[in-house]
Amino acid sequence: MSNFSEFTLTKIVAGIKKKEFTSVEVTNSFIQKSKNSKKLNTYITECFEQAIKSAKNFDEKKDFNGLLSGVPLAVKDLFCTKNVKTTAGSKILHNFIPTYESTVTKNLWSQGAFLLGKLNCDEFAMGSSNETSFFGNVKNPYGEKLVPGGSSGGSASALAAGLTPATIGTDTGGSIRQPASFTGTVGLKPTYGRCSRWGIVAFASSLDQAGPMTNTVEDCALLLQAMSGYDSKDSTSIDKKVGNYSSDLTEKVKGLKIGIPKEYRVENMPKEIDDLWKKGINFLKDAGALVKDISLPHTTYALPAYYIVAPAEASSNLARYDGVKYGHRAKGKNLIEMYENTRSEGFGDEVKRRILIGTYVLSSGYYDAYYLKAQKVRQLIKSDFDKAFGNVDAILTPSTPSSAFKIGEKSDDPVSMYLNDIFTVPVNLSGLPAISVPTGYDKNNLPLGLQLIGKAFDEQTILNLSYAIQKRANFINNFKIWWN
Amino acid sequence: MSEVKFDFFISGEKNKWEVIIGLEVHAQILSKSKLFSSSPTKFGAEPNTQVSLVDSAFPGMLPVINQFCIEQSVKTGLGLKAKINLNSVFDRKNYFYADLPQGYQISQYKNPIVGEGEVILDMPYGTKRVGIERLHLEQDAGKSIHDMDPENSFVDLNRSGVALMEIVSKPDLRSPEEVNSYIKKLRSIMRYLGTCDGNMQEGSLRADVNVSVRKVGDKKLGTRCEIKNVNSIKFMQMAIEYEAKRQVNLLESGKIIDQETRLFDTKKNSTRSMRSKEDAHDYRYFPDPDLLPLQLDKDLVEKIKKELPELPDQKKERFIKDHNLSSYEANILVSEKEISEYYEEVIKECDKKLATNWITVELFAVLNKKNLTILQSPISAKNLSSLIKMITSGKISGKIAKDVFEKMQLGDKDPKEIVEKEGLLQQSDPKELEKIILAVISKNQDKVEQYKSGKVKLFGYFVGEVMKVSKGKANPQLVNEILKKKLL
Repeated sequence: MSNFSEFTLTKIVAGIKKKEFTSVEVTNSFIQKSKNSKKLNTYITECFEQAIKSAKNFDEKKDFNGLLSGVPLAVKDLFCTKNVKTTAGSKILHNFIPTYESTVTKNLWSQGAFLLGKLNCDEFAMGSSNETSFFGNVKNPYGEKLVPGGSSGGSASALAAGLTPATIGTDTGGSIRQPASFTGTVGLKPTYGRCSRWGIVAFASSLDQAGPMTNTVEDCALLLQAMSGYDSKDSTSIDKKVGNYSSDLTEKVKGLKIGIPKEYRVENMPKEIDDLWKKGINFLKDAGALVKDISLPHTTYALPAYYIVAPAEASSNLARYDGVKYGHRAKGKNLIEMYENTRSEGFGDEVKRRILIGTYVLSSGYYDAYYLKAQKVRQLIKSDFDKAFGNVDAILTPSTPSSAFKIGEKSDDPVSMYLNDIFTVPVNLSGLPAISVPTGYDKNNLPLGLQLIGKAFDEQTILNLSYAIQKRANFINNFKIWWN
Repeated sequence: MSEVKFDFFISGEKNKWEVIIGLEVHAQILSKSKLFSSSPTKFGAEPNTQVSLVDSAFPGMLPVINQFCIEQSVKTGLGLKAKINLNSVFDRKNYFYADLPQGYQISQYKNPIVGEGEVILDMPYGTKRVGIERLHLEQDAGKSIHDMDPENSFVDLNRSGVALMEIVSKPDLRSPEEVNSYIKKLRSIMRYLGTCDGNMQEGSLRADVNVSVRKVGDKKLGTRCEIKNVNSIKFMQMAIEYEAKRQVNLLESGKIIDQETRLFDTKKNSTRSMRSKEDAHDYRYFPDPDLLPLQLDKDLVEKIKKELPELPDQKKERFIKDHNLSSYEANILVSEKEISEYYEEVIKECDKKLATNWITVELFAVLNKKNLTILQSPISAKNLSSLIKMITSGKISGKIAKDVFEKMQLGDKDPKEIVEKEGLLQQSDPKELEKIILAVISKNQDKVEQYKSGKVKLFGYFVGEVMKVSKGKANPQLVNEILKKKLL
C-alpha cells in the first residue's frame, strides 16, 4: 500500500480520478496513520467507520464530478457536522451533536469529500497554542514539547503529520496562519465574506473566517475553490463569483508590486525572522515582482484593538451556552445558580478571561473608551491597507514573530501569548485575505512561514505569489516521527 | 362645541398636579414568519412547534433579516408621519434569561429605522398632537412557564424571534383618557395599514407606561417611573391613576421619587417596585456583527408611500368635506377600518347622511346589544343600503323602515322582500290617498268645523287618522298636500 501521507491533496484527487488507487485505499491509509498518531492528540472525534463506508460507497459509484472526489478530510471541531459530535474544544459542548451541517463542510462534501474526523482546537478557537482545549493540548510533529500553534492546532498538526490529506480551519486573529507557520504547512484566511460562517461555532463574528490548510499552494487553491461561495443564510457572506483558483494558479508574478511594511519590523524580532523575510523578498524579486517599502502606520494599535473587539463579540456570542437548551448543564438551586455553575464548569480559563474582558469593554461607562475606540482604530487600520493597496498588489510580512514555542512557555502569560498574533490580526481587522507559506527554518530547524496579504477578494494573487515562493524555497517538512 | 376643557389633575393637599405620561408600545408585526428566521408566527400553536435552529440559538446559527418585516415597519413609520431612516443598525441587547436563547435580544438602539412622527387625537376639548420619538425593530423573547410543575419551569420558544415594533411616544400624554385615545388611534392606524392586528389579548400589542407628575405650571419634568407590560387599556389607566397619586403623595410629604421600574398588580390595583435604577441591567448594547447595517433604498420607501392606504385622519377629512358629515360622525366612522369599510360599502348607492345615521344609531345599537363587531353585523352593508334607498325613493316611510330594520336584524333578510311580503310599500297614489282622506273627513265633520274655525292644531289629528287607516303606509308628504287642499 502506498504511503498516501506523502501525497499532496492534488495528487490524491488525480490518482483516484485516474483509478490509480481507490478511495478506500486512501482512506484506510489515513485512518491507519491517524490511529498510530494518538500521541499528537489531534482528534477529538474519529469518524473512521463512517469514512470507510463513504469511501466504499464512492468506489462503487465512482462519481468524479467533484473537485475532491473520494477524498477523506478531517476538519477542525468548530464546524458543525450533522450527527457528529461538535465540541469547539469545550466542555460546555462536550456532548453536543448538531442536527445540521455547516455550509463550508457541506460544500466540501458536495465536491465529493467525506468526513474523517473532528480535529482538536483551542476552546472556542481562543488561543494561539492549542493549550486551552478541554480535550488536552495538541503536540507539534516537530517536537513533543512544542505547541502546534492555535487555534487550529489540531488541524495543523494532523495535516503536517499526514493524518489527513488536507484540512480546514478558522481564523479570527491568525488561527489558520500561525499554526500553519508553526508546522510547515500552507494556511489561507480568505476575504471576510468569501466563505459562509453558517454552522461554524462563533467566536468573534466580524472577524471569523474559515479557510484551507494544506501541504502545498496547489492544494490550497483547490480546497479554497471547493469550500468558498455565497450563502444566503449568512448575511455577511458576499455574493461574488468564486475564482478558478486551481486552474488560474501560476508562478508568473512578473511586474506585480509587493509592499514591505516597515511597521512589521518589530522590536526584538529574532534575526532569523528578519532573514526569512529578506529571503522571501529575494524570491519574489527573482520571480520578477517589484518590491516597495510601504507604511501601515496604525499597525501597533491592531493588537490592542483586536483584544477589545474579539472578546466583546465573544462575550455576547458565548452567552447562549447557558445550560438551558443543549450542552453541559450543572445543577443549581435556581436559574441564576444553574447558569453560574454551568458556565463556571463548562468554560476554561482563557474563555472566561475573554468573556470578562468583553463584558467589561461593553459595559456602560467603558463602551466609548474601549469598544468604540477600538472600532475607530479598526477603521484606521483598514484605511492604512486601502491606501497601501493603491500602490501595491500584495504585502509580504512574516507570519509570526517566532517559531513554535514550548508547551507551557506562555500559558501563564496571556499578553506574551497574544503577541504571537501581532502580524496576523491586522488582516482580520481589515477583512483582507492572507496566506502563510512555509519558507524556511530557524536555527533549531523549526519551520517558519511568510505571510502574503492581498486585496479584498484577490485570493488569486496571493496564491500565485505563494506559489512562486514555494517553487524557490523548496521547503519540505523534515521532522522525525517521534510519536509512533 | 369646545366648551369642554381638559381637567385631569391630581389634587394633593397642597398643590394641583399635572400627570405626564409617555408610552412604549410593543406591536407585533403582522408577518407570516419571524424577524430573523423563517419560522411561522401563528398564535396559539403547541409549545415549541414554531421554533427553528436560529430561534433557539444553536451554535453557528445566524440571523437573516426578513425583508417583509422591514417593509411593514417602514409602512408603519409612514403611517405615523415619521421620518424614515435610510440607514439603521441592529444592536444586541445582552442579558441572561431562560426564555432568551441567544443570551441577547436583537434590537435597534442608537439608530432606529424610524425617527420622529406624530399621532393626532380627537379629544372632547379639541385636537391633541402626540409626538412619536422613534420606532425600532426588535425580536421578541420566548415565554417562561412557572406554574406547570412545582419543581421545574418550562420554556416555550414559539414567540422567540417574532418581530416587534417598539413605538416610543414623547411624554406628551396628560391623562388616562388620552392614553386610551392614543392606544386606540395607534392600533387603528396599524390596522388600516395591515402592519399589526392590535390584538391585546393575544399580546400583539403591549405597552410599558412611563409616569411622572409635576405641579401645574412647572416646566421641568419630574422623575419618572416605568410600569412594565400592562396588557389592557383599562389596566393602563388604573395603573396611571394609582401611580400618579402615589407620586403626588410622596412629593407632598417631602419625599423624592426614585427612578425605577414598577409592576402593576391587577388584583390589588396598585404598583410595586420591581427594580431600582441602580439594579437596572447593563445591557451592553453593541452593533450585531452578524447583521450588516440596514440600508433602505429611497425608491422602496417612495413605493411604499405611494401604496399607502387612506388612513383614518385623511378619511375623516374626506368624509367631512365630501360627505358633509360632522367631525363627530366622521370620527366614529373612521375609528375602525372595518366600520369605515362598511360605511363606504353602504353609501355606494345611497344617501350618505342617512347612511351615517342608520349606522351610528340603529346599527350600533344592535351591535352593542348583541356584543358584536361590525364584521359580525347581522345586517349586511348591501341590505342596509337597499333599505335606505327605499326610504329616499319614497317606497317606504322612515317609520316603516324601522320596523323593516327590526326584521332584517333577525337574519339579514333583503328589505325588499320583507316590504313586498308584508305589503309595506308606501301608498303614494294620489287617487287612493284622496279616497282615504275624503273618508276620514266625512267621518269627522265636527272636527272639520273646528279646524276651519281656527283650531289648526287639529291638522295632525287628520294626518294620524289617515295613517291609521292606511296602516302607516300612506306617503306622509302627499297626505299633507292633499289634506291641506281638502280642508280649505
